[in-house]
Amino acid sequence: MTIPLPPSGAGTDPLLTTADDAPGVSLWRAAWRRLRRNPTAIVGAVIVAAFILVALLAPLLTPYEPGSARWSGQVTPTSVPGPSPEHLLGLDRFGSDLFTQLVYGARQSLVYGVVATAIGLTAGTALGTLAGGAASVGGRIGGWVDNAVMRLVDIMLSVPSLLLAVSIAAVLGQNPYAVMIAIGVAQVPIFARLLRGSMLSQGRSDYVLAAEALGLRKRRIVMGHVLPNSLGPTVVQATLNLAVAIIEVAALSFLGLGQPDPAVAEWGRMLVAAQDRFEAAPQLALLPGGAIAITALGFTLFGEALREALDPRSRR
Amino acid sequence: MTGAHDQPLLSVRDLSVRFGLKGQRQVAAVDEVSLDIWPGQHVALVGESGSGKSVTSLAVMGLLPDRGVEVGGEVLYRGEDLLTKSPKEMAGLRGSEIAMVFQDPMTSLNPVITVGVQLTEVLLRHLQVSKAEARERAVELLGRVGIPDPARRLREYPHQLSGGMRQRVLIAIALACEPKLLIADEPTTALDVTIQAQVLEVLKDLVADTDAALLMITHDLGVVAGLCDDVNVMYSGRIVESTNRNRLFANPRHPYTGGLLASIPRLDSPRGAPLTPIPGSPTQTLPWTSACAFAPRCGNRVEACTERAPALEATGDRDLRCFNPLADADLTGAAR
Amino acid sequence: MTEPLVQVRGLKVHFPIRKGLILARQTGTVRAVDGVDLDIEAGRTLGLVGESGCGKSTLGRAMLRLAPVTEGSVVFDGTDVATLEREALRSMRQNMQMVFQDPLASLNPRQSVETILTEPLRAHGIAYDSSRVRELLELVGLPSAAAQKYPHEFSGGQRQRIGIARAIALEPRFVIADEPVSALDVSIQAQVLNLLEDLQQELGLTYLVIAHDLAVVRHVADDVAVMYLGGIVEQAASDDLYSTPMHPYTKALMSAVPVPDPRVEETRERIILQGDLPSPANPPSGCRFHSRCPFRQETRCDDERPELVEVRPGHTVACHWVEEINSGQIRPHELTPDTVVQLEGHS
Repeated sequence: MTIPLPPSGAGTDPLLTTADDAPGVSLWRAAWRRLRRNPTAIVGAVIVAAFILVALLAPLLTPYEPGSARWSGQVTPTSVPGPSPEHLLGLDRFGSDLFTQLVYGARQSLVYGVVATAIGLTAGTALGTLAGGAASVGGRIGGWVDNAVMRLVDIMLSVPSLLLAVSIAAVLGQNPYAVMIAIGVAQVPIFARLLRGSMLSQGRSDYVLAAEALGLRKRRIVMGHVLPNSLGPTVVQATLNLAVAIIEVAALSFLGLGQPDPAVAEWGRMLVAAQDRFEAAPQLALLPGGAIAITALGFTLFGEALREALDPRSRR
Repeated sequence: MTGAHDQPLLSVRDLSVRFGLKGQRQVAAVDEVSLDIWPGQHVALVGESGSGKSVTSLAVMGLLPDRGVEVGGEVLYRGEDLLTKSPKEMAGLRGSEIAMVFQDPMTSLNPVITVGVQLTEVLLRHLQVSKAEARERAVELLGRVGIPDPARRLREYPHQLSGGMRQRVLIAIALACEPKLLIADEPTTALDVTIQAQVLEVLKDLVADTDAALLMITHDLGVVAGLCDDVNVMYSGRIVESTNRNRLFANPRHPYTGGLLASIPRLDSPRGAPLTPIPGSPTQTLPWTSACAFAPRCGNRVEACTERAPALEATGDRDLRCFNPLADADLTGAAR
Repeated sequence: MTEPLVQVRGLKVHFPIRKGLILARQTGTVRAVDGVDLDIEAGRTLGLVGESGCGKSTLGRAMLRLAPVTEGSVVFDGTDVATLEREALRSMRQNMQMVFQDPLASLNPRQSVETILTEPLRAHGIAYDSSRVRELLELVGLPSAAAQKYPHEFSGGQRQRIGIARAIALEPRFVIADEPVSALDVSIQAQVLNLLEDLQQELGLTYLVIAHDLAVVRHVADDVAVMYLGGIVEQAASDDLYSTPMHPYTKALMSAVPVPDPRVEETRERIILQGDLPSPANPPSGCRFHSRCPFRQETRCDDERPELVEVRPGHTVACHWVEEINSGQIRPHELTPDTVVQLEGHS
């Protein structure tokens, strides 16, 4: 029995060779494509973009200065003026323009949230890479390093994040950096553990073994192979953590640990101020509360969509 | 056995399975699949990954999801169309009349329930037996599939068993109620050769003892050669060749079947005997609607292959979907 | 007789079983590879056959120092790889490469094919230009446009070709292929096997092909070693081993492989082994195979571990009763699953 060969050699058969000289699509780019087609991502991205734009363009959006209390005369203990042609959303209880306060409040939330998350992400990634890298290619000594780092992280994790934030703020005193550092430090264990975990599982994969077999240096294996393939979940977590950070900034301000300068508009402190006027002027609480919720939702939606896009199993 | 042999036990007629939500472009995973299984007969459905062989078996069992799947054609079990049955009726048939063994014994067993409970559950559901009787029968069944110390094993969880043991348990569960038809989807693919030999032996014996018909879904022509009467070869969702096993192995006529046989390393061929691979990969297909899907990889390709769709036609001793089949060795008298 | 290119002597890979988090106690040992000798001559292919869990992959990895060597030596062209330290080992890796089972898992999904193929060259400071990538791709039968693509854009067979191209990028002399085709579709396997053979011809490679599939090994190997539970039980030239298997395990293994030919399937004799492969953490005493062996004898088998003995020129077998079994003096006896359990129980 003879099986004839294909009419022409396999390599030259026009039906088999795909005339495809286009450059390949990397995983990051494929993820980006999936992201663009996901409605959840669009909604999240629009909210996040709107929030960032408002924060950046605050001076252009309102004619007034924040925290000026120029119209304090109009505020009485029983009533706070509502919307009017001059004041889109009315005044706050100190007599500042409420719209202006909200718009400038976005700046604070953005800066605090981003800086805090950046602190957490940087320190967490560094610790996670150290532990995960040591554990996946470091042999016995690497195991020790990993153990030491992770016990440190465990200790950080055993303190509730809000309590940690309060303590740091208490030590550093009431200054804006205290809040950022407090929230950032509280995030370190989250990033460190997440990254170490995914580095460990990537470290066991065949391509890492292949890299070792090829004689790559350990540093290169960790930085060029294990780490890039482990970053996905961390990027997603950072996005989700921005939402948490914004809420925590507001919460710490609410507890009186935030920005000490009363002239600076801040959503959390606006909530505090609204407390005793809630019945007379509920908008004073509802609007900053809503702003916090919507912003957090935007980051969360975007983060979830990002998670889906980075998952190679999802096809969209 | 009153008149049971007048009609096939299972008769699949023109089965098609399309995936894709309404409004979206649909993908035909299975199309124009027809096959008959007579009582006690062993039939193989052979194909590579993506050929649609597993989807066919799931469609027969009514195990495809409702959403995003369109199933056409008929699946006649003793003359009744299974595709029109309600989920409840199907659930009653599954396990008692038709049973299935899957490839991965770990995921087909519930990890948090003991083997014994999973086995007696089936017996209690389909047979009128007491708990004690079910237990007794479970011990007997495990013994029959070659599991040592069955009474102890009944109290164990799936993770405590080896892969071969788990597959035996699955076979015991499938054959617990003496079904008339057993569908085995790659039952030994995940197992080592010596364990595969054990499991195939058990499967063969039990199927013979209970007089069940067998639909064997596999990619391994070696497994088929020792087990099945009739063989259907699938490629890209359609059957391309269907005949008796001896004729198929001695004289494959579809170029895909021939190519597969020529490309498989065989234990009994001498070292250095060249393998003739099929070029390309199973993903390089043409749409069946306008051409032969195998044409890009086919050494026997003629012009018609890329211009129109070949139909499955009865040619002499077999059904064949090909414009230019391999020579019929019996007619030409060519030495193999 | 020339000196073999690769000589493995008394190789052991034992993994400790540890319990406890910080002050870990060793509670047992997994004897994955337990005293293996192998010779591989330059330009030839040794097939290493065994079932999953027998230690064949660990043995392959240990030979490349990708698994820790507990004891023994792996001499490659006069150098003992087992004792090399960091930089010496790293530079030694140029000579010995590996092809993995799962082509997708063994390629970094975020690297383009070009990066995958040139990274090893950079790691060893070897100068190259873009023609080297084209040349490598051509050697494994891929178009040069493949260089700009990523692993997920290829089919399984093509990915394995990329894996092979990467393995030969450093121009190694010795390549270990660990189950090179078992993850591939049936119709693709022959393509990859033929490619491996072509490359051997063209580049003068020496291979160790590890596989569970005896038929695959039959096609590529000049010599075959059969492994059971951490040790080699039989080794011979391929034709010799397949025509006259002598160890009971080899016999059983061969009779278990299905042949795609009904006439063969119906007539041949089968030895169906009972029971599963015992755990390498608690192997049976004496001959490791005695608990499942249909030829087991009352004496020696349970308490004395057989050495590999040259039974015929170039054909070594580790069995106390090999002569008696193959002359028909000892007949196989029935084994039930329960006796297997029993025999393993008193080990």
